[in-house]
Amino acid sequence: MIATKIIGRGVLAAAVLALSSATLVPSPAPQAAQTIAVNDTAVLEQRLPRKLSDFGFFQNGVQQVPAANVVPYRLNIPLYSDGAEKLRFMYLPAGLQAIGGGEGLLELPVGAALIKTFAFGEGDDRQLIETRVLLRRADGWLALPYKWNDEQTDARLAIAGARVDLTTPAGEDISYRVPNKNQCKECHGVDGEVVPIGPKARNLSADWLEDLAGAGKLNAVPDGHDQLPLWENRETADVTATARGYLDVNCAHCHRPGATASNSGLDLRWEQDDPHALGVNKRPVAAGRGSGGHLFDIVPGDADSSIMTFRMRSDEAGVAMPELGKTTIDQDGADIVTRWIEEMQ
Amino acid sequence: MMSKLNMACLVSSIALLAAQPAYAEVITVEAGEGEQERLQEALILAEPGDEVVLGEGVFTLTDGLSLDVDGVTVRGAGMDKTILDFSEQQDAGEGLLVTSDNVTLRDFGVENTRGDGIKSKGADDIVYYNLRVEWTGGPLETNGAYAVYPVESSNVLIDSVVVRGASDAGIYVGQSKNIIVRNSVAEYNVAGIEIENSREARVTGNYVSHNTGGILVFDLPNLPVMGGGDVLVDHNIVINNDVPNFAPAGNIVAGVPMGSGIMVMANENVSLEHNVVDGNATAAVIVVAYTQSYEDDRYNPFPRNVFVSNSNQFGHNGYAPDLPGGGMLAVAVGGAIPTIMWDGLGENAVVTNGGVAALSLGYTKQGQGPESAAPDIVTDTLPVAAAATGATIPMQHSAEMEARARP
Repeated sequence: MIATKIIGRGVLAAAVLALSSATLVPSPAPQAAQTIAVNDTAVLEQRLPRKLSDFGFFQNGVQQVPAANVVPYRLNIPLYSDGAEKLRFMYLPAGLQAIGGGEGLLELPVGAALIKTFAFGEGDDRQLIETRVLLRRADGWLALPYKWNDEQTDARLAIAGARVDLTTPAGEDISYRVPNKNQCKECHGVDGEVVPIGPKARNLSADWLEDLAGAGKLNAVPDGHDQLPLWENRETADVTATARGYLDVNCAHCHRPGATASNSGLDLRWEQDDPHALGVNKRPVAAGRGSGGHLFDIVPGDADSSIMTFRMRSDEAGVAMPELGKTTIDQDGADIVTRWIEEMQ
Repeated sequence: MMSKLNMACLVSSIALLAAQPAYAEVITVEAGEGEQERLQEALILAEPGDEVVLGEGVFTLTDGLSLDVDGVTVRGAGMDKTILDFSEQQDAGEGLLVTSDNVTLRDFGVENTRGDGIKSKGADDIVYYNLRVEWTGGPLETNGAYAVYPVESSNVLIDSVVVRGASDAGIYVGQSKNIIVRNSVAEYNVAGIEIENSREARVTGNYVSHNTGGILVFDLPNLPVMGGGDVLVDHNIVINNDVPNFAPAGNIVAGVPMGSGIMVMANENVSLEHNVVDGNATAAVIVVAYTQSYEDDRYNPFPRNVFVSNSNQFGHNGYAPDLPGGGMLAVAVGGAIPTIMWDGLGENAVVTNGGVAALSLGYTKQGQGPESAAPDIVTDTLPVAAAATGATIPMQHSAEMEARARP
């Protein structure tokens, strides 16, 4: 496979090489012989491109083989999305650079795009469900959801969202939710602006950043990069770092000042150090039945009495957290947060 | 039928590239097949100034709706004729979320959302008019928290809405300023109407009955916006608030005693005038400091300058206070709690213009429990003023906003 969710150094190096040499990733696929360029007009100007293929991000959509200047990446800790396999790509137009900004988000130039495909099923049974794109336009970021057709030939703009019946890797039959355009903004909004969430330097690998910088696509590897533990190492990694990383990635896009859940006063960002802002002995504000009858977001040493884990372990609308982007309970995520709370003094 | 979208389809996606029309459009959405996507699509594709008109009937919705376009009006055929039914809702924290400015919501009903009913956040100059937001199974702990829920907004007008069944507050305005809540009905909620961490609010002409507590004016610590005050509560009918508290534990209103008429906690410059308050078993008016422990240097937990006018009509209240030892307390003070029950904390906490009976619980420090109360009748020792002072309160909103709240 050319593009998989695990982007090792070798694959990335190949992709970056492809960027610099204007050739494509070596591939057994026949499409590899053909150069597909991203349609910059679609990224920059076309109001609401109706089809994912309008952008030309992929030389092979169903195999998720990226076009020139489209680089795959992974995050150390990912956002949970019902166990979907997620394929992430960053498009940087030829000659343009990302700028490192400390441990936070890479600053991407106008004309850049972030692309994330959600898939379920293994091997030949893999079905692409949706691809979400974030387009860096002159007037800011635009977030759009595209839903793949059954034939897997293309994805269409699903501006009002959609529901898809599928089975998760954990074997649960669910009605999977493709978010609508507004819901994109509910998670991606800070102070009224749409912003990316994922590609923060602290959650990106040193290798990937170095390769990107080496290829001239990043001005410099930013300080504070690669801090979050790898999610697959969560059993052995530092519990606090893993749990805080998980909360940063899965919760803090809403639970931070200026974002959707700002009025809760709960701030779950990685850089927040005030225990009370993180929920320790913090009373709920507008939780309603989401409190589960508990008095505090986090009771140190007692996850069973903590609202945070109660809501993470619910799959009921109106109680479950996060409110959007997932239907099932992230058992692994809830477990690491539970361990963190249990070990808290 | 959604005329605007069909037209867009007919002329192909080129229409999407065309310059936007300078005139407002009316986009009609009817209930029926595909209503979730059609209605949400209309709310997304609407342009500023457009009106999204919802047809008569029941819209069965599986997901939360949202509006993020400034200046849009969403109009139904009437609060009992156009019904957004969320009984089958599978995600989102509320039925309808508004995050844009200058929005008008009017003439429709919202039923049985899984979380809150209608929430508007950071949505300035919003008008809620002639809406009904209700959990139809009556007061249940499993109902959503707030029915009408503007938060972090400036210039909020709520007029002629009906809210029933909220497991927290029917009408809840939080962390906002310049607010009018009027001519509305709040029944069978834990709190009928609640103004929290907000400034410059007027609550007027509402009918507030059969809740646990009628009208609450609260200020809480550790929130992005604090320092609530400048609130006028006038010409409301606050009667028979007699529903046992059904708020899930952990929420601040879970501590509101059944039969609280008007309750003020940790606020300044709150004025109660010309209300009718009757049939509330705990007390007509409760004035208290924040009751719980907190850590927040920015926070003042005490009530300051709560003016209770003798222009209010107080009937039979305080006859069965829903407090530990409440029965004995009532007996000890002659069979019923006087009009005002004050915890005794705060300087110039309660002010009257004379002739309003008051009981102090004699607390000496914030966070104290009722077990150490030292009750005392303080009617004659309260500071007297001719009227409330210091409050800047909107009598009405701008002509433009008022025009959006007319039949």
